[in-house]
Amino acid sequence: MSGVDALDTPAMELANVEETAVPRRQYLTFMLAGEEYALDILWVQEIRGWCRATRVPNSAEFMCGVINLRGAIIPIIDLRLRFGLPQQEYSPTTVVVVLRVCSDGKERIMGVVVDAMAETYNIPDNAILPSPQVCGVMDPEFVQGLVTVEDKMVVVLDVDALLSTPELALDSATENDN
Amino acid sequence: MSVDLSQFIPTFLEESFEGLELMESSLLDLDGCDEETINAIFRAAHSIKGGAGTFGFNAVSEFTHIAETLLDEMRSGRRSVESDLVNLLLESVDCIRSLLEAARDGVDCDDPQIDTVAARLNAALEASGTTAEETSDEPPAEPSQEGSAGWVIEFIPQPQMLETGNEPLLMFQALADLGELTAEAVLDRLPELQELVPQTLYLQWQLTLTGECSEADIREVFEWVEDECELVVEPLTPPAAVEPAPTEPTQKASVGDVEAPVAEPVAAAVPAKAAATPKRKAAAESSSIRVDIDKVDALINRVGELVITQSMLSQVGHQVADMEHPATESLYAGLSQLERNTRDLQEEVMRIRMLPISFVFNRFPRMVHDISGKLDKQVELKLSGEQTELDKTVMEKIGDPMVHLVRNSLDHGLETPAERREAGKDECGTVQLNAYHQGGYIVIEISDDGRGLNTQRILEKAIAKGLVPADNQLSEREVNELVFMPGFSTADEVSDLSGRGVGMDVVRRNIESLGGHVSVKSEPGVGSTFSISLPLTLAILDGQLIRVGEQETCVIPLVSIVESQQVSASAMKPMAGQESLYRFRDEYIPLIHLQQLFQLPGKESALDTCLLVIVEASGTKVGLLVDELLGQQQVVIKSLESNYRRVQGLSGATILGDGSVALIIDIAGVVKMGLDNDSRKVVSPNSSQRELLEEAQV
Repeated sequence: MSGVDALDTPAMELANVEETAVPRRQYLTFMLAGEEYALDILWVQEIRGWCRATRVPNSAEFMCGVINLRGAIIPIIDLRLRFGLPQQEYSPTTVVVVLRVCSDGKERIMGVVVDAMAETYNIPDNAILPSPQVCGVMDPEFVQGLVTVEDKMVVVLDVDALLSTPELALDSATENDN
Repeated sequence: MSVDLSQFIPTFLEESFEGLELMESSLLDLDGCDEETINAIFRAAHSIKGGAGTFGFNAVSEFTHIAETLLDEMRSGRRSVESDLVNLLLESVDCIRSLLEAARDGVDCDDPQIDTVAARLNAALEASGTTAEETSDEPPAEPSQEGSAGWVIEFIPQPQMLETGNEPLLMFQALADLGELTAEAVLDRLPELQELVPQTLYLQWQLTLTGECSEADIREVFEWVEDECELVVEPLTPPAAVEPAPTEPTQKASVGDVEAPVAEPVAAAVPAKAAATPKRKAAAESSSIRVDIDKVDALINRVGELVITQSMLSQVGHQVADMEHPATESLYAGLSQLERNTRDLQEEVMRIRMLPISFVFNRFPRMVHDISGKLDKQVELKLSGEQTELDKTVMEKIGDPMVHLVRNSLDHGLETPAERREAGKDECGTVQLNAYHQGGYIVIEISDDGRGLNTQRILEKAIAKGLVPADNQLSEREVNELVFMPGFSTADEVSDLSGRGVGMDVVRRNIESLGGHVSVKSEPGVGSTFSISLPLTLAILDGQLIRVGEQETCVIPLVSIVESQQVSASAMKPMAGQESLYRFRDEYIPLIHLQQLFQLPGKESALDTCLLVIVEASGTKVGLLVDELLGQQQVVIKSLESNYRRVQGLSGATILGDGSVALIIDIAGVVKMGLDNDSRKVVSPNSSQRELLEEAQV
């Protein structure tokens, strides 16, 4: 419906990295509370405008609920709440990034709510620096690394870790078979 | 030429299992010496043997060979059809099945039964002087001539042999590998060119094979066409009197003859074809194709989407219907046509998954045959409504509960012949399976003309077990329903067949998990009838839409709703300070506040504005407090698990006409959650509730 093809945005080449032999990947970045976060674009299926989700009983706070994505029922996660950031009213720029993840050999589709889309970048693998151990609000296991783009720091997220948390685990049998 | 045979194994196995089913049902049908039935059984065994040999399942082919030999003797009339023999063959069908299953799973079959049955089969064969090793269609030629210098083979194929994909040329090439082959075509049957049907084989052959080979080798070449030709193999006594024409040219020429008229007008061929038609085997299999079930499911899903899109469009259509625009009317007409077509399409697609219930019924003749033998009862099984269709998934799950009910009828329902005689009934009891459609449901009835349920004994037992109070006022029907209670059994002795008391409640639970219902009618001395009603499909559900909290829409399966009513404050009975019980008719039922239970956000509405939906799951009635009743609608069930996970209290989700998602409530799950959360101890005449509580507390 309101899907925007992520690849249509002009890709910005990184000026400070010259090597061409190093494999590069494309990353999609989005804004969250004024910070820029990046996702490997291969995980991203589509981007759509925010629409109301149906809440699921007894789910974690960051679970917005489920929506209908062309007939598939997919869960939606509020990334602000997931990262422990303060909640914000959804605005017209609020978008849902639909991700395609593989966990336990099964492909799943999920959406994450972010403040706004930003850019796409080509980033060589070796430009991603490991994240220093910071004690902060965000769980360090979500962070794959840090990269500097145009003097800005961008946090590269590990999609697998982000979406494979116990709250979203496929197998909830232990929880239900009390 | 190497073909990877393993890709055909699943097909072979599938066909073999079907063949076994055919053998089994035909064996049970076998009365006297019905030639056609014996032939059918023989053919099934023969294809299993042949296929198993090809794929290297030697255990299967060896065993089947023995059974086949016995069948062959029956077929040729050298052995009469006796019930002992039929039983032995039925047992060998079981053995072949377990051998095939072992082959499928790639394990060795260590069923001791197989050796026993094989030994008995051999013993039966020896009794008539034949052994499995030396049987073939015709009495074997004198053994001394095995491996003689040559053979004369008269090969008279039936005209339709080409249609089954058998190519004589290939067979002759195989023969040529055994020795020096000369072939002479016999053209007696060849019609005039304009009458010739290209698919029909008019030729016969006289083959001369010189070389060191045995008769069995030759017959092996013709193994696949055995049923479709006459084959006479005789040792070559005089030197080959046939002109020494090389094989290939003769072949080519004859094949050329057959192929020549292809270009002829079809009309000319019609008379000959008409003459040939009656000879063809009456095609028992209505033409069908094997399709992967995933493809069908994908199609059903896609159509489900279409239905949702269509209802979304028709909602928009209603909104614009009043607008003054020349195109509005045609848009409206188009939309209603779309609606009709999508409904039809959905119905048709659903029917793809539908199979006649005979797939389930067919396993019963054998079961009744075996059990009645064990119980020394005479039983006639009547089947009706076998063509009633239902969804394959439902069918797979209904088999076991039905087996249970039929066993019960045989064991408890029907009396012994002596008792029946005393009661003035026919010694032979009747068990009837019937199926028919009613509304969106299929009703399956299992009835017997036995002694009926003993209400007195059931009641005594129920009181003894504390299931009902001693001073109860239960109607006969209510007493009969008690047999579905957990832990209930009236059988005094635990037998191999029934009486362990784990049966009927499991039957009921299984059926209810499919959204169905089971009930019993019984008349003492006349018989009892169990009827199971099931939804035709698991993909669609009749639901009541409700609003919970401020904006969430949920769906309650219509089948579990007993009644909906406004909350009356006077019926609320506080217990331990909580407004937790509700007086409904003459019983107290626990209340579950859905919004609280699901922890949905929003202000809780006051009790007097709430509505009460009384639902029933496994005999437990519970009142659900909801905010609003919306409409009733058929919904397509979607899985939450495919992208998310299983959620307690929900059986899935569906997409409403406006594209939003509504959650489908799993009543049994909600009841369990509700009673578990509050740990309420409810004293109620309904003990299954207590069972549920206990279960939940484990």
